[in-house]
Amino acid sequence: MAWDWQMFCEDTLDRTVREGCFGKDGDITYLDWMLSAWGWTVSVSLLALLLALVAGVVIGTIRTLPDSKWTVRFGNAWVEVFRNIPLLVQIFLWYHVVPAIFPAMKSMSGFVLVVLALGFFTSARIAEQVRSGIQALPRGQRHAGMAVGFTTWQTYRYVLLPNAFRIIIPPLTSETMNIFKNSSVAFAVSVTELTMFAMQAQEETGRGVEVYLAVTGLYIVSAFTINRIMTFVEKRVRVPGLAAPGAAGGH
Amino acid sequence: MIELKSVSKWYGSFQVLDDCSTRIEKGEVVVVCGPSGSGKSTLIKTINALEPVQKGEIWVNGTPVHDPKTDLPKLRSHVGMVFQHFELFPHLTVTQNLTIAQVKVLRRSLDEARKRGLKMLERVGLMAHKDKFPGQLSGGQQQRVAIARALSMDPIVMLFDEPTSALDPEMVGEVLDVMVSLANEGMTMMCVTHEMGFARKVASRVIFMDVGGKILEDCTKEDFFGNPDARQPRTKDFLGKILQH
Ligand SMILES: Nc1ncnc2c1ncn2[C@@H]1O[C@H](COP(=O)(O)OP(=O)(O)OP(=O)(O)O)[C@@H](O)[C@H]1O
Ligand SMILES: [Mg+2]
Repeated sequence: MAWDWQMFCEDTLDRTVREGCFGKDGDITYLDWMLSAWGWTVSVSLLALLLALVAGVVIGTIRTLPDSKWTVRFGNAWVEVFRNIPLLVQIFLWYHVVPAIFPAMKSMSGFVLVVLALGFFTSARIAEQVRSGIQALPRGQRHAGMAVGFTTWQTYRYVLLPNAFRIIIPPLTSETMNIFKNSSVAFAVSVTELTMFAMQAQEETGRGVEVYLAVTGLYIVSAFTINRIMTFVEKRVRVPGLAAPGAAGGH
Repeated sequence: MIELKSVSKWYGSFQVLDDCSTRIEKGEVVVVCGPSGSGKSTLIKTINALEPVQKGEIWVNGTPVHDPKTDLPKLRSHVGMVFQHFELFPHLTVTQNLTIAQVKVLRRSLDEARKRGLKMLERVGLMAHKDKFPGQLSGGQQQRVAIARALSMDPIVMLFDEPTSALDPEMVGEVLDVMVSLANEGMTMMCVTHEMGFARKVASRVIFMDVGGKILEDCTKEDFFGNPDARQPRTKDFLGKILQH
């Protein structure tokens, strides 16, 4: 079977090969389309990651607060709900059910809904890691923070969270890579991200092998980049004399 | 300086402190000893409210610690505490360990905090290690940094919870030396420790706690060591055991 990589240089409307592979004057080649789809994948993933990190750290933290039953219960419920409903179902819930309850959300684009769904879904998993990271710290650390006069907030800010964060970098890395993989469900609500592009482009051109190989390559590049970034972060925050927290592991 | 009035504490139905009362005057060094599980750590941690109590009153320098309206972080900022397992902040350098609470809690400038922190580091003899991380220090060195960290806050009293019991024997001395010099300078101290040599040398009083969280003895050092016949049988028993080695 001969590979025909030239198909990426074809215009998406008239299927003629364009010079330089990029469309001009508003024309779009398959390469243009694929890169823009990659852009959507990256945007969905990064925004969802940001939301997941913020919500995950907050929820994970309040699950470890001493003497506050209600925040702990709320945090636990959050994790159970968002972790146990399949992601695709959650996306449809955001798409169909939530706007029915809150009419104000009817005008939200598929993009926003996917970011919310993916972000909250992942926040539950990150919250779980943050909680176990905090609870893995020696019990005396909380007392030590309080003993020097830190408030509860300061104890978390300056003692517990920085240390918990170092422990959970490995599982956070795999969570970040999961977000990229999971972002493919965005096609379900018509966001033209990579997976959506692959399905449509292979239908139009019949060159499924090339399309899927290229898309796979982009997913791999994305995953590799994240891995490098997280390794860099891990090196940057590594504390001399402290055992590497690799044992915490991923899933 | 410190007063405990009929303090009791329970974990569920399990009583850890049973009607404990004592006073510590300014400049006194009080040693607390007793068998494992008798509530020594719990007792000492009630003083800076790391362990809340259900009954009784605790006063520190005129502040009612048991009062829910008391600003506990502020109180704790001038009660120094040293833990069995050092509990330095592992992600911060020695200098940062010494300065962070001065800056964030006492609102000192970084310069001022560093000056004060390094002075305390000098005093525990560890100036050469100011840029290391806790994980790069020996246990004895970590504990001395922990003492310096507490001293940097200009505490009105120092609490020690078994500061040497997690140390290899050859490092116990260097930590005790620092504690002895503190005591000799007139620092008010409460020390949970089984180092009876330290107690004999600098303690003003000795408190003996027994299982069930009761204060069984609360007497001067002279009485505690020099007048065994006036002691409770449990105390004699305990002293016999720990003085053997
Ligand atoms: N969080 C807790 N929940 C339930 N029981 C506890 C808790 N913390 C301590 N205890 C119990 O309270 C009792 C007193 O503990 P504490 O640590 O004060 O004893 P200790 O005299 O310091 O002992 P050690 O010499 O071993 O340090 C022990 O029986 C312990 O098991
Ligand atoms: Mg103890």
